[in-house]
Amino acid sequence: MATRLNNLLCRYWQLVRQLSGDDAYERYLAHHAACHANAAPLSREEFFQRNQQQKWSGIKRCC
Amino acid sequence: MTNNKIFPAVLWMAIALLGASALGGIALNRGESLNALWFVTAALCVYALAYRFYAAWIAARVLIIDPTRATPAERLNNGHDYMPTNRWIVFGHHFAAIAGPGPLVGPTLAAQFGYLPGTLWILIGAVLGGCVQDMVTLFFSMRRDGKSLGQMARDELGAIGGIAALVATLLIMIILIAVLGLVVVNAMKHSPWATSTVAATIPIAMLVGLYMRNIRPGRILEGSLLGVVLLLLSVAGGGWIDHQPGLRELFDHPGLPLAWAVIGYGFAAAILPVWLLLAPRDYLSTYMKLGTVILLALAIVWMQPHVKMPALTQFIDGSGPIFGGKLFPFVFITIACGAISGFHSLIASGTTPKLLSNERDIRMIGYGGMALESFVAIMAMVAATVLDPGVFFAINSPAGVVGKEAADAVAKISSWGFPVTVEQMALLAQQMGEATLFARTGGAPSLAVGMASIFGSAFGQGMLSMWYHFAIMFEAIFILTTLDAGTRVGRFMLQDMLGNIWPKMGQTSWYPSVLLTSGMVVTAWGYFLYIGVIDPNGGINILWPLFGISNQILAAIALCVATGILVKSGKLKHAWVTGLPLVWLVTITSRAVWEKLASDDIRIGFLSAAHSMADKLASGALSPEKAAIAPTLIFNLRLDAALALFFAAMLWIIVLDMLRICVRHLNNKPVPPLSEAPHQVTKLEEAWQRD
Repeated sequence: MATRLNNLLCRYWQLVRQLSGDDAYERYLAHHAACHANAAPLSREEFFQRNQQQKWSGIKRCC
Repeated sequence: MTNNKIFPAVLWMAIALLGASALGGIALNRGESLNALWFVTAALCVYALAYRFYAAWIAARVLIIDPTRATPAERLNNGHDYMPTNRWIVFGHHFAAIAGPGPLVGPTLAAQFGYLPGTLWILIGAVLGGCVQDMVTLFFSMRRDGKSLGQMARDELGAIGGIAALVATLLIMIILIAVLGLVVVNAMKHSPWATSTVAATIPIAMLVGLYMRNIRPGRILEGSLLGVVLLLLSVAGGGWIDHQPGLRELFDHPGLPLAWAVIGYGFAAAILPVWLLLAPRDYLSTYMKLGTVILLALAIVWMQPHVKMPALTQFIDGSGPIFGGKLFPFVFITIACGAISGFHSLIASGTTPKLLSNERDIRMIGYGGMALESFVAIMAMVAATVLDPGVFFAINSPAGVVGKEAADAVAKISSWGFPVTVEQMALLAQQMGEATLFARTGGAPSLAVGMASIFGSAFGQGMLSMWYHFAIMFEAIFILTTLDAGTRVGRFMLQDMLGNIWPKMGQTSWYPSVLLTSGMVVTAWGYFLYIGVIDPNGGINILWPLFGISNQILAAIALCVATGILVKSGKLKHAWVTGLPLVWLVTITSRAVWEKLASDDIRIGFLSAAHSMADKLASGALSPEKAAIAPTLIFNLRLDAALALFFAAMLWIIVLDMLRICVRHLNNKPVPPLSEAPHQVTKLEEAWQRD
């Protein structure tokens, strides 16, 4: 019972992190390791900066 | 029929029955106050039925979605913008992007007709129009590797359609920002509490930006939590400032200086790096919005407030104090967001199509996302109509209509059959921590009073002034986000256009180009904001209908593109799915533009208002202050008329262009080919495992 509750909370926490983009860097590292393993990945700081710049160069908010 | 088919059938019949009785109760109720829970029930049943049957039918029979087909996210996966993403996450991002202040303001203004017209339009417009538009645009963009609406218009209809879409988008952005800026200015006018709280959101966002970038890079949840706590403290801090003589005067300003501050802020925000202000504040406004909307829904269900506004008011004849114009077409123009919003088609052809991992998620994200937005509009309608109608009109009627003095205003409003007293308004203002609530036009203050009274009755009356300023802060924070993001988008479009003439201007990071184009965009909306603020009738009467018209015209352009694609793909017999809402939008927008140009009523027709003011100016009937601004107002009214005409011309050009393409296609003449990306079978295991 306790482990099931724990699992549920864990999944919920993962969802919150993913929704907010909190785990974007970890997901990027996983993608990088899978697809571009020969190059060095960006640092957390570089990745965050690139991501934000990219996010706000299109229409992102509505009325 | 087997057992496992009988149960769903019975369940859906029960939902249909419940929805029909709730809607019937709302529509047929006369004279008695109505429990707001009926609105929530009717809305949820309508959305559930439409989602289960209409949206599923469109997905299966009209769009023919193919769950085995690889989406652009899978085919073009690059780890950042194209990336297969869990559908709940995409839903969250999509909803956060489409949900702005529009669905809160529109229904509040439209409540002047009574609760019924707006409520019916929000429900019917959403399930047959808005949700369909969002869903089909998302689908077509996804089938074209996530192309934007402008690109799709160019590819599928031709260059004219593409240019019309681009120009309409830029203009609607300018009008939108101006009108939203006006809403914030009116909420802050002579309110040190509101002004200081809204001002505090700027350094708070910057602090969060620094935290997320330099102190703890990329820790978005930590940074956002810090920001939300600081925002709540800023609401309390604003109340403290309001009680400090000497300090409160710093934040006590009339409309015009506040408008200049908003304009200056808009320019600064647009040229600052995104990480410092825009991005962090966007996180904060998203959490604030989600939290407040959920809280409001819970409070309505728990408290079950009673709607006091009648179903219909006498203002359906066009004489309404908040904005002039008859029920038809103006209720449909006033409520754009929440029923059908063209702006969504830009989001549905932006980031969202690049994240979908499977085609079948289209229904939930496109149709479901808009249904949720429509539900927000229903709650705004409830928050506006639970107020005493007299109070509602006292807050929302401009001084130019009901008079500057409180005694005149209450006499006028009471004479309409909506009794209200000076004492009642004074007590309410005191409870909300404001000097006055008369003529606080723009919708935000009355929504905040409505929300505060709902929250207050649910969570304690002693905190009314806190709830009020919390609601003002919550509206202001994402209006400022839209203002900032919109200015940036306008700048990118302008840089793109100017880049065709002088390539260096097209470099989005070249600083002189950034300064120049940001300045141009801010000047454009700043001009309309300025005019709105100096307008004696409050400006909302002019700007909101223009915004509604331009937003609906953008929706019509999106539906034109969709209808054209349906016909070209040999789906003529199903083209009514987008064709019918298109016909309706063309009808209401053309009619509204016609009235705005040709009406003799000076509160409706731009030209007759300009004419009447020019006459008064010539005959010397205006006071010296009014005579000084009259030439600007006259010029602006004519400009508004030209703009409305231009919007209508854009619409008709693209409608006729679409019809031309359809007729040519049906006659087997050459047309631009479908630009759909070739079919590829998905390799994502999840697509095969689900269901």
